[in-house]
Amino acid sequence: MWRCSRLIEVEDLHFTYPNGVEALKGISLSISDGEFVAIMGQNGAGKTTLVKHFNGLLKPTKGRVLIDGVDTRHVSVATLSRKVGLVFQNPDHQLFSETVEDEVSFALKNFGFDEGAINERVEKVLNLLDLIQYRKVSPFMLSGGERKRVALASVLAWDPKILILDEPTIGQDSYQKERLRQFIVQLNQQGKTVIIVTHDIEFVVECEPRIILMKDGKVIADGDAREVLTDLKLVSEASLILPEITQIFVRLNDFGFPRNVISVYEAKQLILERLFWRR
Amino acid sequence: MSMFDGLRFRNVSSPIHRIDPRAKFIYVCALFVAAVLFNQLIPLLILLLIQIPLVVMAKVVREWLRLIRGASFFAAIIFIMNVISLYFYGGYPSLASIIEHALAMTVRFIVLVESFSIFFLTTSPDMFGLSLEQIGVPYEFCFAFTTAIRFVPVLAEEAQTIIDAQRSRGLELEGGNIMRRIRNYIPILIPLIVNAIRRSLELAEAMESRAWGASKKRTNLYVLKMGSRDYCLIIVSILMVAASVYVWLFIKIPSITQILWP
Repeated sequence: MWRCSRLIEVEDLHFTYPNGVEALKGISLSISDGEFVAIMGQNGAGKTTLVKHFNGLLKPTKGRVLIDGVDTRHVSVATLSRKVGLVFQNPDHQLFSETVEDEVSFALKNFGFDEGAINERVEKVLNLLDLIQYRKVSPFMLSGGERKRVALASVLAWDPKILILDEPTIGQDSYQKERLRQFIVQLNQQGKTVIIVTHDIEFVVECEPRIILMKDGKVIADGDAREVLTDLKLVSEASLILPEITQIFVRLNDFGFPRNVISVYEAKQLILERLFWRR
Repeated sequence: MSMFDGLRFRNVSSPIHRIDPRAKFIYVCALFVAAVLFNQLIPLLILLLIQIPLVVMAKVVREWLRLIRGASFFAAIIFIMNVISLYFYGGYPSLASIIEHALAMTVRFIVLVESFSIFFLTTSPDMFGLSLEQIGVPYEFCFAFTTAIRFVPVLAEEAQTIIDAQRSRGLELEGGNIMRRIRNYIPILIPLIVNAIRRSLELAEAMESRAWGASKKRTNLYVLKMGSRDYCLIIVSILMVAASVYVWLFIKIPSITQILWP
């Protein structure tokens, strides 16, 4: 039981690219089944390199990565991908089919689903992501945001146990971001382990996930959003800025407000409380 | 990829890097002519050895060695093919002379490869484009050429990302028969080509919005000027060709086999 709950185990992971760049310098962490994790940090901190280890695209130079108890060095990317769905940053790096439908069924065919199951799953996931009207349309004709959703759909279709999203918010308007957030939260509530890699602190803060901050190939903080994202020192070390709502409350600290406020709802409650207390 | 690193420009400061690309090109051509002229081992070995000081001076020993290592696979094939064909058709007196001749052909190949390697390792694509322009090649062609070279690493990196993305979707590149293997590359080639076209359109727009081609007669910030060192290299190159032709015409070159077993 104890083993099963730890879905991802990273033990002293080091990784050096063939050109000699040491991208990861000793990372240890574990992610449990059903967790919601955001990996944050500046460009070149090693976030994408780290998640590429989770489905075996990269193999550790030193240390090891266990997915569901299996060492990634001993299984193929295809086998691991069945469990770990990785959605890449740029949808243009993966779209190639003539229709959205074919695009989504590509992975299902690779994983050997039968015809009936493929149709059923494609229909389900296209409905879920509001893409059903584009079923027969070429993915190249869609807008940037829609292409991004097609890329997400093409991974969600096989229902991986772990979903990893690399920079999901880039190029999305606020409305799409909000929908994406609701969607991710919903997936997580249904029990899926979700990992997002992002710089977008405002996007993350509303979901209140576990935060892993990275810098120069190392983990510099790992904890609750409330704890990590309100720590000015940590946040600026990772080249991020405090969430706007936290910035306000840090400045209101002199008036007896707490510093570690990250949600708009909580902020409203605190302000209301104070207004009525004054009167 | 590591083999092609030996043909990619390394930006270090060295006397060889500062030589005018045109002079260097003439030197490479002279070396080429000399290497093709001879088929005996001794002169080819000399050609091979005289380039080593140049490589050391240019501070590109590591990349150069990597290229030689990459080329050694082809060199081995050339050697084996030569030994086999000379054994059956050559009419050479002894096995030693067959091996010597095959070795000569292999060294010739390495000389050709390494001379180009020195040229490309020490000449930036921009300089190369500039020198093409100054010998009268139309600017459009020079620009297309240098841009193509410059985008090779970008494309290589992009191809790797696409391979990663498709493998994450269960694509297996290894295994299967040849038709299946070719089909497996479709999901990689289509995004790669589409992105390359998209990028080139974007590049064209960006260039036009910065007034590319506005004036008929372009001037350059840098103008290549031949210095004394460059003329020296050209003279050396010409002398080398002349000497090679002279030796080739009038002097009988002994083979190592003859020296060892007269």
